[in-house]
Amino acid sequence: MSDAATEMPHADPADETLMQVDDLKVHFPVTEGLLNRQVGSIKAVDGVSFSLRRGETFSLVGESGCGKSTTALAALRMQPVTAGRILFEGVDITHYSQAQMRPIRRRMQMVYQDPFGSLNPRMRVRDIIGEPLVVHGLAGDKVKYKARVRELMALVGLLPDMADRYPHEFSGGQRQRIGIARSLALDPSLLICDEPVSALDVSIQAQVVNLMMDLQEQLGLTYLFIAHDLSVVRHISNRVAVMYLGRIVEIADRDPLFDTPRHPYTEALLAAVPVANPVIEASRPQQIVTGEVPSVRNPPSGCHFHPRCPKVMPECKTETPALRPRDDGRLIACHLYD
Amino acid sequence: MSEAVQSATATPLLLVEDLSVSFRTDRGTVRAVDSVNLHVDAGETLAIVGESGSGKSVTAMSLMRLVGDNGTVDSKRVLFDGIDLGALSEAQMRKVRGNRIAMIFQEPMSSLNPVLTIGKQVAEPMVLHQGLSWREARRRAVTLLQRVSIPDPEDRLDSYPHHFSGGMRQRVMIAMALACDPKLIIADEPTTALDVTVQAQILALLKDLTRETGAAQILITHDLGVVARYADRVAVMYGGRVVETAPAHELYANPQHPYTQGLMASVPSLDGDPGKRLQTIPGQPPDLANLPPGCAFAPRCPYARDECRQAPPPLEPIAPQHLRACYGYE
Ligand SMILES: Nc1ncnc2c1ncn2[C@@H]1O[C@H](COP(=O)(O)OP(=O)(O)OP(=O)(O)O)[C@@H](O)[C@H]1O
Ligand SMILES: Nc1ncnc2c1ncn2[C@@H]1O[C@H](COP(=O)(O)OP(=O)(O)OP(=O)(O)O)[C@@H](O)[C@H]1O
Ligand SMILES: [Mg+2]
Ligand SMILES: [Mg+2]
Repeated sequence: MSDAATEMPHADPADETLMQVDDLKVHFPVTEGLLNRQVGSIKAVDGVSFSLRRGETFSLVGESGCGKSTTALAALRMQPVTAGRILFEGVDITHYSQAQMRPIRRRMQMVYQDPFGSLNPRMRVRDIIGEPLVVHGLAGDKVKYKARVRELMALVGLLPDMADRYPHEFSGGQRQRIGIARSLALDPSLLICDEPVSALDVSIQAQVVNLMMDLQEQLGLTYLFIAHDLSVVRHISNRVAVMYLGRIVEIADRDPLFDTPRHPYTEALLAAVPVANPVIEASRPQQIVTGEVPSVRNPPSGCHFHPRCPKVMPECKTETPALRPRDDGRLIACHLYD
Repeated sequence: MSEAVQSATATPLLLVEDLSVSFRTDRGTVRAVDSVNLHVDAGETLAIVGESGSGKSVTAMSLMRLVGDNGTVDSKRVLFDGIDLGALSEAQMRKVRGNRIAMIFQEPMSSLNPVLTIGKQVAEPMVLHQGLSWREARRRAVTLLQRVSIPDPEDRLDSYPHHFSGGMRQRVMIAMALACDPKLIIADEPTTALDVTVQAQILALLKDLTRETGAAQILITHDLGVVARYADRVAVMYGGRVVETAPAHELYANPQHPYTQGLMASVPSLDGDPGKRLQTIPGQPPDLANLPPGCAFAPRCPYARDECRQAPPPLEPIAPQHLRACYGYE
């Protein structure tokens, strides 16, 4: 089941949809003993479906370990896929070889969380940003290469004279700009941004969020955005998918999701996020769920959320609810709405 | 208002005057904390917020004089429940640490010993600091684990840390912190590594305990949402100094330091106007080894004038309980 089914009928799906992911599964084996006998599996991603529309920001949210990064990496084919199907610009890339992936990889790039760890400390900024061009044989002559790097630096608000410096001479926000410039070198259409601002200071976060929104507008980029900070997610997203233990429990446009969350987990998640306003805080429910986030190694039966769900019903313990389109256009996986 | 007057006159549980900490490094002297004044009342939660590197953790650690060999702590006085901590010997200080003052850190895994059972780790400080027998201490450990909502605490005493989830380990840390009835709880980013639903459980627990036992809590965080939900008062740090302090509701409604204003404005809110450009603070946070002579925020401040670049402005009251370190821009 993909939410492409709920797209407006007049739109040509081939044009609108940049990427479509159907029933994606990524399972990791759990092995034991000297012979590495497989004794089980971690279903890090367990039947996830969504589609990305051209030019939109689609966010994946959910607690630590629920499978957001694994979903994103698998969609990029940077993580072996156990089952499911990935279409990129209408082409099924699920079983592409690495050689077949090369030209596709130019079109989808990753922006990482850690602006400190992800840049090679021994390379000059120019070569960090230009490396993808060299790797893909697109660097051209020296003059062209330098001009392209200068252009990329200008795009993300770095000064040209910074090109000869090394990463340690830069602050966190500047390093993240370097990382973004690098990811734009090959003119991608899709950027996968895994916690791109989480490691940044509050006052620097806003600079990078603005930059990302400007670049999206200028370059028509599509973002698959992963973040813990739901205020940032609300600010930047068009649509949001909420994950819990390897599955999507709700997909909706931004406003309905934040204004009237309908899956009990979405509701609990939003209630748990403190907002930066003591007046609102004083009048909000402080806690909806109790209990621990269960382990993916040993997920609860039926709906994974049922042991913590305040609205649990008998069938929730035995039957896995399907992610289905509901009358208001959103997709929810919950027996309450069946 | 009457509440404000009352706590301003009563002796606070913790009173910090002119606290400074510097570190010798190969880049020169780093002045991590510079003439900080703070106070926390019994039952109160004071949040310390600010950018990374603004001196929040060093301030907290220096109260217990835990700053490492290359650090120097200086203070006019650090008055805690009537004792001047600055005047204590190292041996006397050791008794206060982990007994009357409890610290909770970000990383629960590295603070628990992986080869000792949970029961032993929770009971041990009570045996060491309070002279309880092991049997008695284990009995108290069960009560404490119950208090921090660990299910089946009796059965859990013989578990090892790796059997617990991150949230449970953090709750064990809190149980340990409470074992000796601390008067001051210092929680340094206690939930940064945890999920938001678990974060809510833990911060609510700390806040309730502070209220119930009449302890004081210093909560260090960079999350302005957490501050809004759990703090009574807030101290905002920038470049090693407290630049503004006020009751939480007052600070959010009426931020008076340009840095605080910039900080508040740059946080996207859950009820703001999505899609709009966020306000930013241009420029970069200061380098503490190379601070400007005046206000550390001056290079990024839209209102900075000559005066601001000459000497740092003192922290002065601008309303009851509301202090600001700024020469003004009105
Ligand atoms: N290579 C691997 N081998 C085994 N388990 C893995 C592997 N990679 C991820 N996992 C597990 O899969 C689950 C999902 O991990 P993932 O990194 O996708 O979570 P996430 O939602 O991105 O979390 P976070 O918010 O903490 O980044 C986790 O339980 C993780 O431990
Ligand atoms: N042992 C040390 N030696 C040298 N410098 C130190 C030492 N400890 C801390 N510092 C410096 O002191 C400054 C303040 O550090 P502190 O850890 O208090 O920041 P913080 O406000 O807690 O930041 P964060 O939000 O990142 O935790 C930093 O610039 C840090 O590099
Ligand atoms: Mg991740
Ligand atoms: Mg710190």
